[in-house]
Amino acid sequence: MAKVPIWDLPDVPTGELPPHIQLQRTRVFCKSDAPTNTENIQYSGAYASMGVDNSLRLDQFRSNFKVEVMRLNEDDMEFDMIGIDPSIANAFRRILIAELPTMAIEKVLMANNTSVIQDEVLAHRLGLIPIKVDPRLFDYMSENDVPNEKNTIVFKLHVRCERGDARLTEKRRLTVVVLIFNWLVTEWYFKMAMVCYAVTSDELKWLPNGSEFPLATENSASNSTSKPKTYTSFSCSQDSLPQFSKNPITLKHPDIIIAKLGLGQEIELEAHAVKGMGKTHAKWSPVATAWYRMLPEVVLLQEIEDEKATELVQKCPTKVFDIEDVGKGKKRATVARPRDCTLCRECIRGEGWENFVALRRVKDHFIFTIESTGALPPEVLFTEAVKILEDKCEG
Amino acid sequence: MELGSVQDQSASTFSLTDEDHTLANSLRFTLNQDPRVTFCGYSIPHPSDARVNIRVQTTGDPASEVFKDSCQDLMLICQHVRSTFDHAVTNFKNEKGINAMDLKP
Repeated sequence: MAKVPIWDLPDVPTGELPPHIQLQRTRVFCKSDAPTNTENIQYSGAYASMGVDNSLRLDQFRSNFKVEVMRLNEDDMEFDMIGIDPSIANAFRRILIAELPTMAIEKVLMANNTSVIQDEVLAHRLGLIPIKVDPRLFDYMSENDVPNEKNTIVFKLHVRCERGDARLTEKRRLTVVVLIFNWLVTEWYFKMAMVCYAVTSDELKWLPNGSEFPLATENSASNSTSKPKTYTSFSCSQDSLPQFSKNPITLKHPDIIIAKLGLGQEIELEAHAVKGMGKTHAKWSPVATAWYRMLPEVVLLQEIEDEKATELVQKCPTKVFDIEDVGKGKKRATVARPRDCTLCRECIRGEGWENFVALRRVKDHFIFTIESTGALPPEVLFTEAVKILEDKCEG
Repeated sequence: MELGSVQDQSASTFSLTDEDHTLANSLRFTLNQDPRVTFCGYSIPHPSDARVNIRVQTTGDPASEVFKDSCQDLMLICQHVRSTFDHAVTNFKNEKGINAMDLKP
């Protein structure tokens, strides 16, 4: 019998996990009915009998952690985070949606509203309009605070639909001419054809000096000489503040339709925007949405050739597989784009396909997508979210 | 707020106000990774109150020490994530800038 050094005997723990347990630890198996093996083995002593240390060593984390940016524009971004745990990735996602502050319209002072849209519906719509301003320049306003230039933005809307505001198209004019027989109907139709003055969000004008509506006070006679008190007390114009003098505050999209007015209808209102978090109301959420998914991994367990290969390539709706010509006219299927796999499980539907294709997800590789509503660019949003998690730990 | 017995410092429950799954799950993860911890878990007594109870049991070290250490660990993780992310974004922007310049005739 050959002498084998004692360290090479098979049942001595070498400090590495056997391959099947390593697979179980790092991959989620997606079978045809449901994903299995989804829990993460977090306990630090989990593999102690194997001699493997499962605990978090910060240096190990630092050396393993990577970020790769795939796509980045003004409004959205997609990036990969490798080597992080799902609980932390989920914490970032939750903070992005609910705990990053933004500015949104909260109080609407109505002076005149003769349109068909009710006051409260109009106020609700105004609240949902995204405002293009950096919320870090403002403070929160609590109930006891006076609205001043540090915590409020004031917008004004004053529109009226006149007979001359023709958004009348040529086609409608022709229709009017054709219906000339019945004069009453024509009169009514002609009037209705004038309807369609759509109030878009670029009609909302920013008032850097604060509110213009005067407060109703008891002794109005004595205040007639001094400046009338308004709903906000701006001590200086927001225009004069350095951050706003070059970039005036505007709305992100100027073409959002707020309301539609008929002939003679008028809307006059003032809207005050304050800082808030998505937790209180979704209008304060700075992302259209933010989501992550784990990297899909598609593995061919056996060689797939010829007809089966063509069948496989056709089955997949996102074109994950490709045919490779091996030579001698034989075709072989390869996995070309596993990242595009949406896990629709078409390739393992049917008899016996599960033995050929294994669908898995890598447990610590997350593909994050963030779509911003416009107040801040998405990379800044993510940095702010990480800062917020840090602040929570400190407290 | 910490509830535990005076004699046995190694096991106690921490009740945090104004918190939810966001922080509690991440803290539970970092606590679990600490080799001194035998048991840790969190629960939310009622979803309408923003209150979280985190239970920590250790192999002898005072539980509050271990809890503070894992909070520090989580903070260091966040800082590292932030710096790596910033590097990656700057590299991406530089690459894109170089590509844009190359494409110009």
